[in-house]
Amino acid sequence: MTLLILLSVSFIAAVVLAFVGDRKFAHEINILGSAATFIAGIGLAIEVYMNGPMVAGGKFFFVDAFNVYLAVLTSFVSMTTAVFSRRYMRWEREHGRVGHWGMRFYHAMFQLFIFAMLLALLTNNVGVLWIAMELATLSTVLLVSLYRTPTAIEAAWKYFILCGVGIALALFGTVLLYFAAEKVLGEGGEALLWTNLSQVSDKLEPTVLSLAFVFLMVGYGTKVGLAPLHNWLPDAHSEGPTPISAVLSGLLLNIALYALVRCKVLVDGATGTHQAGYIMMGFGLLSILVAAFSLLRQKDIKRMFAYSSIEHMGIATFAFGLGGQIATFGALLHMLVHSLTKSSIFFTAGHASQMHRTQEMDKIKGLLRGNPLVGWGLMFGVMAIVGMPPFGVFVSEFLILTATMKDAPLLTPLLLIGLGVAFAALFRRVQPMVAGIIPANQHPLKAAHIPVILHMALVLIIGLYMPSFLAEWFHTAVELLK
Amino acid sequence: MSINLAAQVNSIMAALILLTSFGLLVQRRMYGLLHLFAWQGLFLSVSTAIVGYVSGAHHLYISSILTLTLKVVLIPYILHFLMRQLHIHKEVEQLVNVPTTMLIGIALVIFSYYLTAPIRELSTLVTRSTLAVALATVMLGLLMMITRRHAVTQIIGFLALENGLFFAATSATYGMPLVVELGVALDILIAAFIFGIFFFQIRTTFDSLDVEQMTQLKEED
Amino acid sequence: MIEFYPFIIEAIQIVIVLLFAPLFVGWVRMLKCWFQGRTSAGLFQPYRDILKLFHKDVILAENASWIFRFTPYLVFGVTVLAGGIIPIIFLNLPFATVADVIAIAALFAIVRFFTALAGMDIGTAFGGMGSSREMMIGSLAEPAMLMAIFTVSLISQTTSLSNMADVLIHKEFILRPSMAFALLAFVLISIAETGRIPVDNPATHLELTMIHEAMILEYSGRHLALIEWAGMIKLFLFTTIGIASFFPWGISTSVNLINISAGIIFLILKMGFLGIGLILIETGLAKMRIFRVPEFLGSAFLLSTLGMLSYFILE
Repeated sequence: MTLLILLSVSFIAAVVLAFVGDRKFAHEINILGSAATFIAGIGLAIEVYMNGPMVAGGKFFFVDAFNVYLAVLTSFVSMTTAVFSRRYMRWEREHGRVGHWGMRFYHAMFQLFIFAMLLALLTNNVGVLWIAMELATLSTVLLVSLYRTPTAIEAAWKYFILCGVGIALALFGTVLLYFAAEKVLGEGGEALLWTNLSQVSDKLEPTVLSLAFVFLMVGYGTKVGLAPLHNWLPDAHSEGPTPISAVLSGLLLNIALYALVRCKVLVDGATGTHQAGYIMMGFGLLSILVAAFSLLRQKDIKRMFAYSSIEHMGIATFAFGLGGQIATFGALLHMLVHSLTKSSIFFTAGHASQMHRTQEMDKIKGLLRGNPLVGWGLMFGVMAIVGMPPFGVFVSEFLILTATMKDAPLLTPLLLIGLGVAFAALFRRVQPMVAGIIPANQHPLKAAHIPVILHMALVLIIGLYMPSFLAEWFHTAVELLK
Repeated sequence: MSINLAAQVNSIMAALILLTSFGLLVQRRMYGLLHLFAWQGLFLSVSTAIVGYVSGAHHLYISSILTLTLKVVLIPYILHFLMRQLHIHKEVEQLVNVPTTMLIGIALVIFSYYLTAPIRELSTLVTRSTLAVALATVMLGLLMMITRRHAVTQIIGFLALENGLFFAATSATYGMPLVVELGVALDILIAAFIFGIFFFQIRTTFDSLDVEQMTQLKEED
Repeated sequence: MIEFYPFIIEAIQIVIVLLFAPLFVGWVRMLKCWFQGRTSAGLFQPYRDILKLFHKDVILAENASWIFRFTPYLVFGVTVLAGGIIPIIFLNLPFATVADVIAIAALFAIVRFFTALAGMDIGTAFGGMGSSREMMIGSLAEPAMLMAIFTVSLISQTTSLSNMADVLIHKEFILRPSMAFALLAFVLISIAETGRIPVDNPATHLELTMIHEAMILEYSGRHLALIEWAGMIKLFLFTTIGIASFFPWGISTSVNLINISAGIIFLILKMGFLGIGLILIETGLAKMRIFRVPEFLGSAFLLSTLGMLSYFILE
């Protein structure tokens, strides 16, 4: 029941917002919808926490420790993003960057996007998972081009085409998966249900599944933004409206990774080898290195943090590929803290560029004095994302590094180089932006406080002390993913 | 119709789909591309119906009708409408010349054949041999998207690629479950509307649908 | 006696080749006139043309070498020889057992080579141009043609044209995509090889576009007659190769008067229909620019390769 509410709220909100359009209270409805979704998410989480994994809706939905935490995270970040977008998008509207239709579209698509992601998370059907992923792409494509500038349209087109192709390959992988499953489970919808598949994964044909995994890896990997398939990501993140960058980076990438990990479990079960893990490790490591070195060259603030997202997704993918208790635990934690931190960074970065009317980092200065919240928020956000203690990212990265030293010691230096370069690149850039006197091109701005403070507080809390229920969840999820 | 004959007709359809894929790869005129694409959808639809008949999997009829309405009527119509609205009728220049494209295409077909070889051996369906063609269609669609630098041709390549996926689903497994097929069709429909909007956006911003102009976003050195 | 009959049939076949080839060309021209709404010169006009040319004197260029004089005879002889190998009315021809499809392709290559040499022999600009174009087309068409024929060979497991036809006649009929592709490719190649529209136009001497006509521009009298005749036979032979490898039904398999005459009747019927097909192509298409020809032949090659691939993939 809670599950149905969770899904339907965002869908209904999308429809309502499509009609409300550009009216004054559209922002509030948006927040209300996301908040209701979040509450439903919490409710679902409590249910699962009490009663364990559950199947609902005629086996159509399936909730376990792995996806419920992502569902809560998704609804939470979407709620805070809705809060942030109230101030942010109002400013954009007042400054004529978005028109009447743009706002209507923005709100409706935002909620549809949330719906698609939640559907992807909660569905039990691997085919529907694919459909929801595609829906998530499609609903954000036109949001990326919301500003109608040449670069925005270029970015959206790239996003559309690359993710479209990528996700199409994932469908081919899904077809192959169904082909293998059909032999064991018989024809029909039953053969694509995750709950059935995971039970018989050792009976699935290994050759077919390893071929399927290559396609799934390339397909969903494109959406995760793994190098060398990451080209769309920095463009889409830098050219779209900031709230969209925040949810793309904080949520969509997670969902895609979730899909990939689900598939990996099946493939591992079938092949009985670590082959899929090695592929993921390779892609992950490559992404870390490519992103780290690209970070050095960035001039655009949102683009830089987009690369940072690639790096962190690389870390999580690498850790999932590595497998094992600690690494998987670290990866799950990393998905959580990265999502919180990165969306918070995007909030502050968005405000910073509004204050300076530009996204070029050379022109952004004196944030601490100009707007302490934005300045400190960005400062702490970057400190968190580069993995400084006491923030949560430090914990997850530490866990992953430890696991790497134990299981794949030879790769540790590469990982460290990636982390180190990213650390240097981000810090070098952030210092001049936050410090210094207020430049002439800075304008005062009413920033959205709550989301930033909330996110950073959570990341800090997770870094200092992990709540026992969270740890328990992660342990259950780790067991599931073994 | 006996199973054998149906299998033969199906492989003829597969051959025709492959042929139209190559046609799409080398065709220069926009409207020609559109017609070829519609033909491909028709062959796909016929093939799906035949497989549905042979296998007794009657939900394939639905997906055949879906293909027919979406890929043969609706999307070509939308594209045709857009092309008229936006006055696109010039010949499309290709990045790579035609013979080279063809050779790459042939290589891709051979590659798909080897890639699907293990599946062919495992499968017991009469349609199993067409899986290689399906994968080849996917690959050729990709190749078309790479070699053509025009928004419309990229979209047609993308849709041809999706045709290949549908074909793969029917030839490898007698079709995905109906929920999935319907969902995929819905996604394609939404995608069709989105690229429609896109064409107008690109057009108003760039004055042409040549994707070559979209090169502003890249890493600065 | 049984061993002797095939030789008689062989002789009959060669006579048929010699006589029917101009007739076929006449039929094609007549159809074309009808399609274009003109009055035709009649079915037998090609005979009259050839006869007229035989009565005329030969005029040789001053610097014509022996190659120039020798070529018409060679071209004619080799073409007729090829006509002896292809099973047109009867499968087990004595010649057919000694030479296969590759040999036939080689015979046509010899014809092309010497025609090209003769074209360059005089040293006029047109001759050289025609030769170079002809060689370009040949170099692209031959591999495509071999690929197309090999596809059929793959199905019948032989390269001998007679055996290929034999297998097709006696095997259970199956819809084969590979055959369809090979047939399409073969049609394209035949059009290029026999110099028909849209690759070349046999009816004009337009300087910029002509290919075959440019090479034989300097010929006259009986030389020209032989070359023209050989050209007609070539068209006829390509059609019969197509028939033998794709629609062999009707070709006689035994030494039997009824069967042989039935074979001849079938031949006439098939040629009649193919003529209509050829004309439909010719009137439907415009002659293409010369630098599009490689693409045209490229697609022929593509089709034949696809035929071969689909044999492996789909059958």
